[in-house]
Amino acid sequence: MAIVKTERHPELPPPVSQTGVIGWLRQNLFSNWWNTILTLVSLYVVWEAMSALIGYTIINANFAGTTREDCTGTGACWVFIKARFGQNMYGFYPEAERWRINVGYVLGAVGLFLVLSDVIKDKKWPAVFLFVVYPILCYFLFYGGFGLPKVETSEWGGLFLTLVLASVSIFVALPLGIVLALGRRSDMPVVRMVCVGFIELIRGVPLITVLFMASVMLPLFLPEGMNFDKLIRALVGMSLFSAAYMAEVIRGGLQAIPKGQMEAAKSLGLGYWQAMGLIILPQALKISIPAIVNTFIGLFKDTTLVIIIGLLDLLSVIKSGTTDKNWLGLATEGYVFVAAVFWVFCFGMSRYSIWLENKLHTGHKR
Amino acid sequence: MKKTGFIAVATAVTLLAGTASAATLDDVRAKGFIQCGVTTGLAGFAAPNDKGVWEGFDVDICRAMSSAIFGDPDKVKYTPTTAKERFTALQSGEIDVLARNTTWTLSRDVNLGFEFVGVNYYDGQGFMVKKSLGVKSAKELDGARVCIQSGTTTELNLADYFAANGMKYDSVLFDTSDEVREAYIKDTCDVYTTDQSGLYSQRSVLADPENHVVLPEIISKEPLGPLVRHGDNAWGDIARWTLNALIIAEELGINSSNVDEMKSSKNPEIARLLGTSGDLGSQLGLGPEWAANAIKQVGNYGEIFEKHLGAGTPLNIARGLNQLWSKGGILYAPPAR
Repeated sequence: MAIVKTERHPELPPPVSQTGVIGWLRQNLFSNWWNTILTLVSLYVVWEAMSALIGYTIINANFAGTTREDCTGTGACWVFIKARFGQNMYGFYPEAERWRINVGYVLGAVGLFLVLSDVIKDKKWPAVFLFVVYPILCYFLFYGGFGLPKVETSEWGGLFLTLVLASVSIFVALPLGIVLALGRRSDMPVVRMVCVGFIELIRGVPLITVLFMASVMLPLFLPEGMNFDKLIRALVGMSLFSAAYMAEVIRGGLQAIPKGQMEAAKSLGLGYWQAMGLIILPQALKISIPAIVNTFIGLFKDTTLVIIIGLLDLLSVIKSGTTDKNWLGLATEGYVFVAAVFWVFCFGMSRYSIWLENKLHTGHKR
Repeated sequence: MKKTGFIAVATAVTLLAGTASAATLDDVRAKGFIQCGVTTGLAGFAAPNDKGVWEGFDVDICRAMSSAIFGDPDKVKYTPTTAKERFTALQSGEIDVLARNTTWTLSRDVNLGFEFVGVNYYDGQGFMVKKSLGVKSAKELDGARVCIQSGTTTELNLADYFAANGMKYDSVLFDTSDEVREAYIKDTCDVYTTDQSGLYSQRSVLADPENHVVLPEIISKEPLGPLVRHGDNAWGDIARWTLNALIIAEELGINSSNVDEMKSSKNPEIARLLGTSGDLGSQLGLGPEWAANAIKQVGNYGEIFEKHLGAGTPLNIARGLNQLWSKGGILYAPPAR
């Protein structure tokens, strides 16, 4: 008589210690005594840091009220940010006119969404709107004209000014950077030398120097009473500066494209601009996306340097606020708030670039 | 030094290039406002309030000028300037007057081509210590650890003072005033040194201001005052005598609430200042009510001081040197006659 089991033994689930949360924990965090110690120490550090941060920013913080006296807790005094929220967002822009900025934001958001997302396949008209119509519209909306009262740029400030600086610089830097990059690789000696000279000159000095030259030196050489707008000086300085960096980023992309691509394009009978526009640049720009966005993010953060020429962007308007004698000693709250706002914008740009890379990846991904 | 030389040359070029715009007063009247350079923010002296309106001790100098010229204190536009670009802004004509806690020095007055119209705040470098230390005078600070903000003349003054008194110290340097304050709170150092007005404003944000004391010694002279460009003395006169009028008003007991009654005063000095007799206003190219308007709409010197810096404010700065000469200070305005 053979003792043979005829039916299969039912499959048992894997032991508890191997699956689910516990399994994962055992495998990744507590696999040996050394990892266990590391995990416990890390947990302790995270707990200490996070509880202090959350305690300061949320649990012990003050949200209600309108004056300094309403801040009684040991945590952050968000009343300060709240009471001056309009100023932090719009600077000294007259309150009655702030709807104009909001309209500009909404139009910009719609335009950006149509151009950047995949909702509309044919991007020609959205692009025309965003890159041609929108800037002109914004000029009249923000500055005045067509019946809208004029608002001097000296009254612009806060997050609004930061966004104006960043978006204008980005808007100018990318096309100018492409032109400079192509010029640097050109066969024509004069064009090449001009481009190399410009790029190396600008890259050779810090942004703060460029801004300082534009703001301090330039007026000295102009006749008294003749002044360019301070904001325009800053915008020109920042745009040229970021264009030089952009040019080098794009040149890197251009150099990564094998020579055969250009030769193939030419053998098809395409001219220089057609080959560039249809074959080379799409590929070069695609592989440069991480570096381009990197430059944009750097540029966005560099806008805070305009404080040295007395423009009150988000950071400096809050710094000025902390010197109001009714709100003394709240610098930490200001810096935390500014850091949070900057993080949101920079993280947003970074996520978009990753999404774009994935969308455009067509088999060259490593 | 090289830089000031360059600015001087550049200024000369500018002056040669633009001989126009001699009469700032006419320009100001034509555009309808004064363009006033202020700091980007210094507690009590100039800062935007919650409504975005600039307020402060320096700001009120510009407001008083606006009252004297237009009879309205709010015909002023403010340009926030940093320490680095304030002088260019004035030289290039971007602003008409700079009221930005600027120390009156020879090289600024002469070499940079400016005209300081007076002193509205006598400042100087001082020391703050914790009361528990039991120090009563800066002479007792031998061997102390001193917190300083780097890159300012404060460092030099400190070294000079301690060397002159044969004392030793350890300096602890920080980049911003906020960091210095944190270090002082955490006992990284015993002494906090900077300009006295700055010490008072730093003290006001400590959790326990009553446990800290600003020592009486002042180791450097920092007379702060408004300034204008060289070359337009009539405009400089308006700035100078607006400031003087505010000081004289305090001396004579004229303030914003009693200025109208004072107009019928028998005192000839008061009558001249308020324009009920004489022609001081028209000598300056202004209306007869110039000083009366400034006093009524902005206040006399004492009122402005109390409003922005005095005991009623978180800064709680004592008048000290900025008291009238007749009351133990050194504030002394030439007579208006």
